[in-house]
Amino acid sequence: MKTNKELRVFAEEIRVETLKEIGHLGFGHIGGALSIVELLSVLYGGEMRIDPKNPDWDDRDRLVVSKGHSGPSVYATLALCGYFPKEMLLTLNQGGTHLPSHCDRTKTPGIDMTTGSLGQGMSTAIGLALASKIKKKDNYTYLILGDGECDEGQVWEGAAFAPHFKLDNLIAFVDLNKQQLDGACDDILYMGDMVDKWTAFGWNTVKINGHDIEAIKEAIANAKKVKGKPSMIILDTVKGKGCELAEQTFPCHHMKFKPEQIAPSIEKAEAVLEAVKKA
Amino acid sequence: MYKVKSTIEKESVEMRAAYVETLCALAEKDERIVVLDADLVGSSGVKPFFKQFPDRAINCGIQESNMIGVAAGLSAQGLIPFAHSFGPFATRRVCDQIFISCAYAKLNVRILGSDPGVTAAYNGGTHMPFEDMGTLMSIPGITLVEPTDTVQLRWLVKELAGKYGVFYIRMLRKNAAGVFEAGSTFELGKAAKLKEGKDVCIVASGIMVEEALKAAAQLEKEGVSAAVLNTFTWKPIDEEALSEYAKKCGCFVTAENHNVIGGLYSAVSASLAKNAPAPVEAVGVFDEFGEVGTEAFLRERFNLTADAIVKAAKKAISRK
Repeated sequence: MKTNKELRVFAEEIRVETLKEIGHLGFGHIGGALSIVELLSVLYGGEMRIDPKNPDWDDRDRLVVSKGHSGPSVYATLALCGYFPKEMLLTLNQGGTHLPSHCDRTKTPGIDMTTGSLGQGMSTAIGLALASKIKKKDNYTYLILGDGECDEGQVWEGAAFAPHFKLDNLIAFVDLNKQQLDGACDDILYMGDMVDKWTAFGWNTVKINGHDIEAIKEAIANAKKVKGKPSMIILDTVKGKGCELAEQTFPCHHMKFKPEQIAPSIEKAEAVLEAVKKA
Repeated sequence: MYKVKSTIEKESVEMRAAYVETLCALAEKDERIVVLDADLVGSSGVKPFFKQFPDRAINCGIQESNMIGVAAGLSAQGLIPFAHSFGPFATRRVCDQIFISCAYAKLNVRILGSDPGVTAAYNGGTHMPFEDMGTLMSIPGITLVEPTDTVQLRWLVKELAGKYGVFYIRMLRKNAAGVFEAGSTFELGKAAKLKEGKDVCIVASGIMVEEALKAAAQLEKEGVSAAVLNTFTWKPIDEEALSEYAKKCGCFVTAENHNVIGGLYSAVSASLAKNAPAPVEAVGVFDEFGEVGTEAFLRERFNLTADAIVKAAKKAISRK
């Protein structure tokens, strides 16, 4: 596992690469890609048992990014881990690319599950975790859901299923960034208190600051101590975190911009990265 | 090779019993086989599997969408899932889960939909799939099969366990008409040629195979030579056999316990239009919903009979 400082640096590197990747394309799901950057830093900075040289290793931990539109920041993370060359990031969404807008296990080395039709990653993650139980393997399955995605009924089918099957090898996150495509989640479809909901369904649930590396590490460590039930870590996050343009735009689920509009945000993110390195 | 029985009678063993026996036999040798159901274990007949292999038997509760996704996830770790619900809930209710989580993700899942068409009988229109095959037909790469009897079913389950991909098995749960001699083997994607003929070719599947054979016998009495093909694989359809019989017979009748739109008639017609144009008449359900009744009543109600095939055959011949 990287040190906390190294994880903070890694997070800002992921952020900068994600901004360059989407910036090069000129449009994309920037908001939700940036709100999970700290989580990706912790998971790929040592929490997950993975081998970038052997992405199909059977004993590896799996990650299902059910909010599949956050592919760009996952790709940036995978490139920084060495799954594929960083230059490939600039092929995002181009015809014939290995990096489509939504995660695709058949196209990208290191992507464990195809997602994009919201709610479905819940069930495939459960399948992966259940398979580890059946195969008597000790690996973990991680799952990232969007808060808007929790509108989907299939999420709640899985929410009932995973505790019944005692899937303590499933550690899930809701990226509570409080926006979905059409606006504020609470305005589009109010889902109530997420902690209450997941707790009521039988999950070991905690809510933390989703941009706090140490809090994420601690929550995962605690989740691993809980036996007999799955864990849900609600990440209180800011949509578009670390991109000035996105943070100043509402809603910022999907944005289109000119190079000169995004350039200052990239420069600021690079400055943050340098400052974190020096800290 | 397959051999057609000289006398067609109801089998003494239910289809679901043959299904679970085959699964258990496979699972004894292969620990990757897992079975999922959505609160229909008592209906699908897989209780013996749940008893013998409790660690590999998953009752998901009434959660068809979740079940299909879980099956996809299990297969992503190398397991071989067989997931069941009634036909409508195993297909139209979970079309997107089959499309994205299974097929688009190139995973390895077998889905069993029971009680095809009129065999849903007293469960009525909500449970009566005339559209299950059609719902899945346009999913790229999917394989759609409808076994005729326990002999074909046993062969098919074993065959599919060793393949990779997404497969939908449209299965009668109860007693089928026994068409094939025990030990018959088939080829996936290849029609079984049940009877040769030169005037018309009847292409049949599922419960309509028995009706097709009866119709062919009746036609024979009237001096019409009818060939009978059993296209138990609807997708991919056996284009080679259809072209061959277009040359031999020059016209066709399709016979299916399904909507003719998106079903066997559509698949056969599309293939012939491309490779060997010939008149095709359809016996099947003409864009209607199901309803309650006995299977016998519903067969008459929807014209799924040997008599309807005979009439259609004569019409097809007249169009040559």
